[in-house]
Amino acid sequence: MAASSLPPQVSAAPDLFPPVKRRHPWVALARRHPSIVIGGGLLLVIVVMAVAAQWLGTVDPNAIAPAKRNRAPSAEFWFGTDALGRDLYSRVLYGAQVSLMVGVAVAVCATILGLATGLVAGAVRALDAPIMRIMDGLMSIPPILLAVALMALMRGSVLNVILAISIAEFPRMSRLVRGLVLSIREQPYVDGAIVAGTALPMVIWRHILPNTLGPVIVQSTYICSAAMITEAALSFIGAGTPPSVPSWGTVMSEGRALWQIKPHMIFFPAVFLSLTVLAVNILGDGLRDAFDPRAGKRG
Amino acid sequence: MLTFVLRRLLTTIPVMIFVALFVFSLLYLAPGDPAALIAGDQATPEQIEAMRRSLGLDQPFLVRFWNWSWQVVQGDLGTSIFSNLPVTTLIAQRLEPTLSLMLLTVALSVLIAVPMGVLAGARQGGWIDRAVMAMAVMGFSVPVFVIGYLLAYVFSVRLNLLPVQGYTPLAEGFRPFLANLILPAVALSGVYIALIARITRTAMIDVLSQDYIRTARAKGLGTMQVLFLHALKNAAVPIVTVIGVGIALLIGGAVVTETVFAIPGIGRLVVDAILRRDYPVIQGVILMFSLTYVLINLLIDLSYTILDPRVRY
Repeated sequence: MAASSLPPQVSAAPDLFPPVKRRHPWVALARRHPSIVIGGGLLLVIVVMAVAAQWLGTVDPNAIAPAKRNRAPSAEFWFGTDALGRDLYSRVLYGAQVSLMVGVAVAVCATILGLATGLVAGAVRALDAPIMRIMDGLMSIPPILLAVALMALMRGSVLNVILAISIAEFPRMSRLVRGLVLSIREQPYVDGAIVAGTALPMVIWRHILPNTLGPVIVQSTYICSAAMITEAALSFIGAGTPPSVPSWGTVMSEGRALWQIKPHMIFFPAVFLSLTVLAVNILGDGLRDAFDPRAGKRG
Repeated sequence: MLTFVLRRLLTTIPVMIFVALFVFSLLYLAPGDPAALIAGDQATPEQIEAMRRSLGLDQPFLVRFWNWSWQVVQGDLGTSIFSNLPVTTLIAQRLEPTLSLMLLTVALSVLIAVPMGVLAGARQGGWIDRAVMAMAVMGFSVPVFVIGYLLAYVFSVRLNLLPVQGYTPLAEGFRPFLANLILPAVALSGVYIALIARITRTAMIDVLSQDYIRTARAKGLGTMQVLFLHALKNAAVPIVTVIGVGIALLIGGAVVTETVFAIPGIGRLVVDAILRRDYPVIQGVILMFSLTYVLINLLIDLSYTILDPRVRY
């Protein structure tokens, strides 16, 4: 017995069964899935900034002040002003609302569209080939070009941007869901449900859909980050949201003419866009590891 | 093998028909009446009607689609509304910058990403692995135009090492050509490197657990020889696949990169066409890019037999 100060009946037990440390649930989550906490936390900060934009010392993001144009960042204008004298701090913060809304809305729309088509293609054999050929066709057009083409048909508005990017992004989700369904339908419990006389729609709803959700949620975070980049790219080349709605892409596009002498016009929206996309991607990686521990180790 | 090639070629036909249908609908649904546009401001309604009939615009959708497809198959992509030049001529004029940019990007990305992925996969969980994975997340997150402006600001505006924007044709000398193209290519390769490095790593981890790798090590081969000769060769199929799939990202990225660096390529052509609502040009460019993408991926599918003799068709 090494520890003579301890009573003999206690000394042997801790070596075999170290006491379970009871951690606060948040601490436990942070230790097991640091990516979820880091990505989610960063995203939360940005979301709060976007939602609370009007109370964070901003002014009207579209207020023009020709006398104060092209100012560098200062105490009065934290991020400087643009070529029309608009306050860039306000435009970047309000821009967060647009970019986040587009990202989330596209993720939701593309997920619903992808689930609907993917479930049908995977479960109904006769519709599999036709649906997948259409998805192949849509996927053979590069997403940004597809969205650009759709935007060329429609008026530039936030709703149309969401629609165009959703159509460009959902085929990948559709293909993922179809693949999942094809493997899930071979499971014994699906055979069991069919043998028990459950109607096909009910089998899909009750037994197949819930088992696709893990990978689908992970994929939808990646769609969200891709959508924010695509929105910014569309607005940047002039095919996205109208100038009256400041998104990070429009703000960067407006700074294009003067960026060599006034880099702040592009710097701030660029940093916010990159940080937000980074936060969503880190969150997505964390969720992927949480849903499928094997996948995280392998790639 | 020949039957496989033919079968694989046949599967690309429905895909291309869908793309053609989509692209044609674009013009069909586009606002504005081409007949009125071509007839001019002074035309009477009767003249416009006559113009519509002579252009075949009074025909039903499927007939018009068939006529249009037949023209496209013969290499006629229509005429630009804005410049009145054939779309094929416009694309041909702009081909060199875009093609150079994309080829340089692919070469750069593969040369950087594959060794990164191999080294990361070799020591799973080691510091190289962590660094490569962190860089991959950054590559996926920082949009190409952000990297582009950052590079241009540091290397061109501040350090004055390279020209800020523009393009010099290869015919005017290799050095100015490369000086103008290197920053756009590096910016564009960001996502692509992330994509290829990640897949290379995953494929290497799979291959390195195989018995023949242990055999190679046991017979005394050096680590680098095992990694880059034995393992990489067997990991080639997924890597080559992702290089092909990534072409879609590359095309989208090229459109944006050409705007940042003022490169007069096909990306600028399509961006200008959108701002002018020049639908024939938009159609032609999308059709050409999609065909390129489908053909590259067809070639990659066929290359599997060379890369991996176990694959038989």
